[in-house]
Amino acid sequence: MTEVLVLVDHVDGSVRKTTAELLTLARRLGAPSAVFIGSEIDGARDALKQYGAEKVYVLDSSDLTDYLVVPKAEALAQLVEAKQPAAVLIPSNAEGKEIAGRLAIKTDSGLITDAVDLQAGDTGPITTQSVFAGSFTVTAHVIQGTPIITVKPNAVTPEAVDGAAVEEVFEATVSDAAKTAKVTERKPREATGRPELTEAAIVVSGGRGTGGNFAPVEDFADSLGAAVGASRAAVDSGWYPHSYQVGQTGKTVSPQLYIATGISGAIQHRAGMQTSKTIVAVNKDEEAPIFELVDFGVVGDLHAVLPKATEAVKARKA
Amino acid sequence: MKIVVCVKYVPDATAERTFSPDNTVDRVGVDGVLSELDEYAVEEALKIREAADDDTEVVIMTVGPDEARAAILKSLQMGADAGVHVKDEAIHGSDAIATSLILAAAIQKQNADLVLCGMASTDGSMSVVPAMLAERLSLPQVTFASEVTVEGTTVRVRRDGDAATETIEATAPLLLSVTDQSNEPRYPSFKGIMAAKKKPVEELTIADLGLEASQVGADAAWTRVAGFEARPPRSAGTVVTDEGGTGAAQLVEFLAGQKFI
Repeated sequence: MTEVLVLVDHVDGSVRKTTAELLTLARRLGAPSAVFIGSEIDGARDALKQYGAEKVYVLDSSDLTDYLVVPKAEALAQLVEAKQPAAVLIPSNAEGKEIAGRLAIKTDSGLITDAVDLQAGDTGPITTQSVFAGSFTVTAHVIQGTPIITVKPNAVTPEAVDGAAVEEVFEATVSDAAKTAKVTERKPREATGRPELTEAAIVVSGGRGTGGNFAPVEDFADSLGAAVGASRAAVDSGWYPHSYQVGQTGKTVSPQLYIATGISGAIQHRAGMQTSKTIVAVNKDEEAPIFELVDFGVVGDLHAVLPKATEAVKARKA
Repeated sequence: MKIVVCVKYVPDATAERTFSPDNTVDRVGVDGVLSELDEYAVEEALKIREAADDDTEVVIMTVGPDEARAAILKSLQMGADAGVHVKDEAIHGSDAIATSLILAAAIQKQNADLVLCGMASTDGSMSVVPAMLAERLSLPQVTFASEVTVEGTTVRVRRDGDAATETIEATAPLLLSVTDQSNEPRYPSFKGIMAAKKKPVEELTIADLGLEASQVGADAAWTRVAGFEARPPRSAGTVVTDEGGTGAAQLVEFLAGQKFI
């Protein structure tokens, strides 16, 4: 069976959920080969095996991680050249998409970004993308070279299947030209104890209606084990960090359950959450466009509704 | 110093965006605008020009149909100096790979110290053209900058990732892309709107760039869109009013019924 390369997304060896999703999708196309870039393979090995990696290529060199994007694209291009995979799957985040873009040019290959689903077809993988703020779905495929596909989080439920996980050290050559944008400092994001926004099964977001007080939103999120998001209005007001912004210019999320509180639901915001499976809203304004999207809505003040709902959830879980 | 800013003319996100029968984005039947995220790149270029000691020129570049000139015009109204519009029948249907090929050829004629881009377009949202341009032009890539510092030829930026915030440093000439956190784009002033009418916009064809029509357009694309489908509208849900404080209980009842609790 032909190999399908999966670029592993990890933080200091701790494998992110998206990698399990990509390995699961890769199995539809061939034999998944995980590509691990970094020195912490010891922390990643079990997870890669558990989600069906047949091979694990380990690329461990500071040249690959001390500079932005380019060395990783070079290394992957060398790996593609050496292994001739059926496809390359890469996580759809900022770095992943940039690596994919460069890899496409280096290998004369077609590129599809932000796939939300992936199936094997007669002439290679067929992707599904959600476009124009989730108002259309597009199916596409690559017709030249090695299909390079970036895949969004939550595209599939990871399936655990034991893989052989045969390890191979791959020595990539990094050119001097690739070492021009140096990462001079790297500050890990402060841990919130909550799930990562784009990966979470449940997201509770707050907007203008919070009036700057996110405590009720955070408490409700915690009662449900959810991630916290924010609308652009809330971020622009300085109430919540930009990295939590959901919408056109922030993160796109597609959780099982999205709860918008104090968010009117402008197109900007809808672009980031419209493909969520179940949508719930709490808003004072019964005319708010968000109510056009909801499976369940409460017309009311979030400051009154959320604390009570938090208590009720805790009571049920107790 | 010379700064080239790449901008894109996109269908207005608040309009009813759709596709043409040939599976490409409808750019003519839908009102278009300068992609909102490119305004940050134009603003950053203007800020760098204002802070520079030397004569700095800001050139706006776009690839697209006749209508795309509007994206250049808006940028000139904000304060950019000149425009370059690559337009050619052959370009229609180009993918990101071909678009980057065209842009790279056009930028090469400019001898730029800095190539600036937005973080993504608001239509295709691929976020790959800046990286592709850097690859093609062999320029250092400093992308997704949320904060930019320029000292001489050294450019230092803050890049906010999912897991970490990084500081990236490189030396010009280079390619820089900025996020919507990098600045606050200015509105065109009345004076700026009047002045823009007199600013030069050069029009170039594929042949002017030394490219062949067969290298661009839908037939040259390395991907094929098989089809598109409008997402079915969401069926109307239940909306209750929080009267007498019953809203929370009803909400939790719904969540429990859906097995979220």
